[in-house]
Amino acid sequence: MNIVVCVKQTPDTAATVTVQDGKVSWGDAPLVINPWDEFAVEQALRTKEAHGGKVTALSLGPEAAKEALKHALAMGCDEAVLVSDPAISAPDSLVVSTVLAAAIAKLGEVDLVFFGRQAVDSDTGLTGAQVARRLGWPSLSLAAAVTALDPGAKTITVARMLDEGRQEVKAPLPAVVSVTKEICEPRYPSFMGIRKASKAPIPVWSLAEIGISAAPQSVLTWPEVFAPPKIETQCEIVAGDSAVAKAAALAARLIEEKVI
Amino acid sequence: MAAKVFVYLDHFNGQILPASLETIGAAKTAAAALGSPLAALVVGPEAQSVAIQAIQHGADEAWVADAAELKDFRAEAYATVVSKALKDAGAEVFMLPATSRTRELAAMVAVDLATGVAPDVVAFEVKDGKLLATRPVYAGKLMTKVMMPQALPQILLIRGRVFPRPEPDAARSGPVNKLDAAVGTVKSEVLGYKPSDGGVSLTDAGVIVSGGRGVSNNPSLTPPAEITDEREKEIWRAQKGFELVRQLAAVLGGAVGASRAAVDAGYVPYSFQVGQTGKVVSPDLYIACGVSGAIQHLAGMRTSKTIVAINKDSEAPIFKVARFGVVGDLYEVLPALAKELGSRLGK
Repeated sequence: MNIVVCVKQTPDTAATVTVQDGKVSWGDAPLVINPWDEFAVEQALRTKEAHGGKVTALSLGPEAAKEALKHALAMGCDEAVLVSDPAISAPDSLVVSTVLAAAIAKLGEVDLVFFGRQAVDSDTGLTGAQVARRLGWPSLSLAAAVTALDPGAKTITVARMLDEGRQEVKAPLPAVVSVTKEICEPRYPSFMGIRKASKAPIPVWSLAEIGISAAPQSVLTWPEVFAPPKIETQCEIVAGDSAVAKAAALAARLIEEKVI
Repeated sequence: MAAKVFVYLDHFNGQILPASLETIGAAKTAAAALGSPLAALVVGPEAQSVAIQAIQHGADEAWVADAAELKDFRAEAYATVVSKALKDAGAEVFMLPATSRTRELAAMVAVDLATGVAPDVVAFEVKDGKLLATRPVYAGKLMTKVMMPQALPQILLIRGRVFPRPEPDAARSGPVNKLDAAVGTVKSEVLGYKPSDGGVSLTDAGVIVSGGRGVSNNPSLTPPAEITDEREKEIWRAQKGFELVRQLAAVLGGAVGASRAAVDAGYVPYSFQVGQTGKVVSPDLYIACGVSGAIQHLAGMRTSKTIVAINKDSEAPIFKVARFGVVGDLYEVLPALAKELGSRLGK
């Protein structure tokens, strides 16, 4: 199976993110592989381990995004490719999906593309479905489990997490699968894996190299980024001699304040 | 006059999701500002009855597509129908409720029509005939304004529990028209469906009681002798704790949530997780029990109207965002609170 996993570099979720002069800053917090994408990498690796083939990690971003790809390599991906081009700036999901779809087409006969459900910085969760639409492949989003995979018949079945419960969907390959945390537990990169990843060459493809002559332009603009209004709360600690007294006092306050 | 503002009604076998009705209200505001009637788009089984409810909740007209290929929601097929409808109508604004189905649908429609999507919109204004939407990024640590100055239609996914739900008016009527429902071959196939345990959905819930790592912290509970593994013992204790969380949620008619620490420790499944890598919720009342209040958890619940923290540790960061706090043992406080509220609320 020829498997691709798309990853993005994002600030760590523990980062304190602020705005300074209209620019987003996360201080000294490290840039990491998008946490959701670690699940996608893990699922890609498990698929390869069960059915053979190779896993290529793919990212769009500046040169520094190679670090996220190195994490994917250290986990066990066979190859990694970065698409980077100075003509791309502040891409929206329409641009990102155009670029990733072209890069996937260049990778040849791909059977499966994995995505994490969303990136923890932009939080859009649109890109996987858009790549699928561009490639004309089925999109299996919010996948909580791959329940069947038949490389011979070229079909995949996943359980999707919907608001109302779990839906089982079968689709022909090639397909795009966006995964949730339930799907697996990502492995830690091994010492050997980290050493191997540090030496692995990561080719950088320009737009021209993936067959895009004119850089796609974002249709979205973001006129303003700002910190949400501070929630002014003064915590009222409910007092009482015992847990029962405290509970009674809390119940009284919740009813008084018409919370319930 | 032909409608330029469209609203999509997400429903499950004809059951309209609450966020869909709230989105009608939001779209109605945009339609009024743009001087357009509001058209509802409904795809799938029971489309006709959903369309009539959409009109009763404020839509001026409705367009429906119901065909055998549209029985199960499949984004590819639904997107084909919706894209064609919007294109034919020259739609300028398209709003959908942000649900587990519509994100993918909006994404595909945006590709078809070469336009943008603003997901999880919590506010918007109309400026020079264009929508200026506000949405959270970095899990709500920041907000951004989003615009599509050139592309049409401007697609907005409206976050649930933010905009008010319009009151229905049974006397309202309007035309219900048929859409082209031809979708060709659909590659994916829905094999089956397993409903969740029937509890209140976290994202729709008005009240959420959630448990953290602290729910296992009751040394006085003795697990049965056959459990020897320390981790198994911890999970056994945690489940006793979550039973108390569940009982309080039941008294309040609310949903049960959990922190990432509780999910990672194996106390409850991931579907309960509230936070940056779980569900983002905004109930009227959020009761955090034994939740320390990590930044990732706060990101998922800080917009709740009233937050109550119950924790042994008076220094826990959760108290910084809470309106009411109880410093105490949740094993003692929760049953007492459930009993007290139960009798006060007559349950």
